[in-house]
Amino acid sequence: MPLISVRNLQKTYIDDGVETRAVRGIDLDINEGEFVSIVGPSGSGKSTLTQMLGFLDRPTGGTYLFEGKEMNNYSDDELAFIRNTKIGFVFQSFNLLARQSVLDNVKLPLIYAGITEPKRTHIAKEMVELVGLGDRMLYDTSKLSGGQKQRVAIARALANNPRVIFADEPTGSLDSKSGEVVLEFLQNLHAKGGTIVLVTHESYVAESAQRILHIKDGLLDKDEKVKNRRIIAQDGFNK
Amino acid sequence: MKLQDNITMAVRGVTTHKSRAILTILGIVIGIASITLVMAIGDGAQNLIVGEIQGLGTQNVYVIPGRQSGLKSGGNLMVDSIKNKDFEDMQKKSNIPDAQLVIPMVFGPGTATYGSESYDGTFLGSTQDFFTSSNVDMTKGQGTLFSADDVLQKAKVAVIGNLVANQLFGFSSAVGQNIKIKDQSFRVVGVLPEMGQMAAVNLNESIVVPYTTAQQYILGIRYIQRIIIQADSVANIPNVQKDVTTLLRNNHNITDPTKDDFFTQTQQDLIGTISTITNILTILLTSVAAISLLVGGIGIMNIMLVSVTERTREIGLRKALGATNSNILSQFLMEAVILTISGGVIGILVGILMSLGAAWAITTFGGLSFVFIFPVVGVILGVTVSSAIGFVFGVFPARQASRKSPMEALRYE
Repeated sequence: MPLISVRNLQKTYIDDGVETRAVRGIDLDINEGEFVSIVGPSGSGKSTLTQMLGFLDRPTGGTYLFEGKEMNNYSDDELAFIRNTKIGFVFQSFNLLARQSVLDNVKLPLIYAGITEPKRTHIAKEMVELVGLGDRMLYDTSKLSGGQKQRVAIARALANNPRVIFADEPTGSLDSKSGEVVLEFLQNLHAKGGTIVLVTHESYVAESAQRILHIKDGLLDKDEKVKNRRIIAQDGFNK
Repeated sequence: MKLQDNITMAVRGVTTHKSRAILTILGIVIGIASITLVMAIGDGAQNLIVGEIQGLGTQNVYVIPGRQSGLKSGGNLMVDSIKNKDFEDMQKKSNIPDAQLVIPMVFGPGTATYGSESYDGTFLGSTQDFFTSSNVDMTKGQGTLFSADDVLQKAKVAVIGNLVANQLFGFSSAVGQNIKIKDQSFRVVGVLPEMGQMAAVNLNESIVVPYTTAQQYILGIRYIQRIIIQADSVANIPNVQKDVTTLLRNNHNITDPTKDDFFTQTQQDLIGTISTITNILTILLTSVAAISLLVGGIGIMNIMLVSVTERTREIGLRKALGATNSNILSQFLMEAVILTISGGVIGILVGILMSLGAAWAITTFGGLSFVFIFPVVGVILGVTVSSAIGFVFGVFPARQASRKSPMEALRYE
């Protein structure tokens, strides 16, 4: 049973009476433990698709099965629970809370999960150590470099041990070296059994995944396995 | 999410923009400080006045000419209805058996002179019993008081307050000297010891003469402005009121009680009236202060709405990480309540400091023994009202925040 399974998934926006069909009927399955890239030109509908797959937005048509369960009629609170416990997000612009420490940012999803303070501090410290920022736990996030910020975002995404990580242009705001470090970490996670969905418009980034979904004009244009997968040196964030 | 986490998040949200938070709560601070100040001053004033009235003795019945205000108009037309004969009849034990002292009072402003010095003060005409009822201890004063004979003979003698003596005589002795009042010469027989304020009368600033003398030589009247009857016990006050009423109706040939040309008042009536007046004033002033609270509340709502817009991406992020609509609602509501409660607490402290300052100023410059009373009701009201304002004016912005779609909120720029 696939972890994610969508059939004829659609999203239509109506703004000032003008109808825009961002996703026009996509069928796809993503299995547990897969590393999938979603690529496509700007305006192709790849971000809208990812947002629906990550429960940030509701489809206007089609069906969505997550862990084999139909998600279409879930309430806002039920979707919030799924986002909190089963999904991890990494955004292009990091989306960290300014004027708060690294540790406090990583704790945030744990707070919404209702985990007690001592336990969430313990988990958050583990995650921060994992991304190689153990010496900056109490740093204000606004004082970190772009690469370090994205590592904090990854630590936060991992905090609740999610079933799948959605990374939307995670290297888009980083220099090439920092971008490589982030991709390497995602490959490490995948190697340990994690499910990753990576959204990008850059082919060399997409090639770090096993499989590439090409989105064009709101439709799945091509679903291909990466023949020459780009494997980044496996020495982690601590190099 | 636990309440403690909610409070921690809200405190962080508020303290992120400290100067804005301080400016936001200014309206609440001013409103709550004003309410606390008004209540503290109101309670203090009420306490002062009631204390003064009680200081005169709780057994007093006041007989006042005219009609009681509020019943019918025209009361002031009968200010001369109580004559000397009425007073003399009241003194007869058979007429009012439960009275232990009957004290007539006439009074008015005037000027006393001695040599080149003059003093503008209050002239009080009464009998020697007035001093008894006022607990005057002449061992601490100078000279003597005037006697019953002085009253009978309309003697031109005066007992003066210590401030009057200081003004007219400085360091030299006043007793035995003659002062001039309305071109009449009065011999000072005594100087009163320093005494506190007694209701409307400050004995330190008064010149007390026999009432018969005052009627003839100073005021030029043939009536009595007040009679104070001291009952022998609090329990007998109703009997005294009844006997006085019967006596005066007989003397004035009144058969219809609605046509009484006098009325009686007890200490309790006075205290009740004063309390009602101060309470009404306090409510009135509190209502004015409440308007600034309303304005402050609208200010809070305005800033919270701005904050919700500014933090749209943060709201989107929190939702992406698992915050429910109610988590977001309670966070923003808590921020509004924390803002207003902080404003309330600061307002209470400012109000108390201002009240202490006012009490000190009234005592120092007003010559009154004004005691600061901690405004318990004001404090309870301040905290309750400020948190209620935070809640009421925070609901709308908080609902706006909670209803944002996570995706749209994350895309907001």
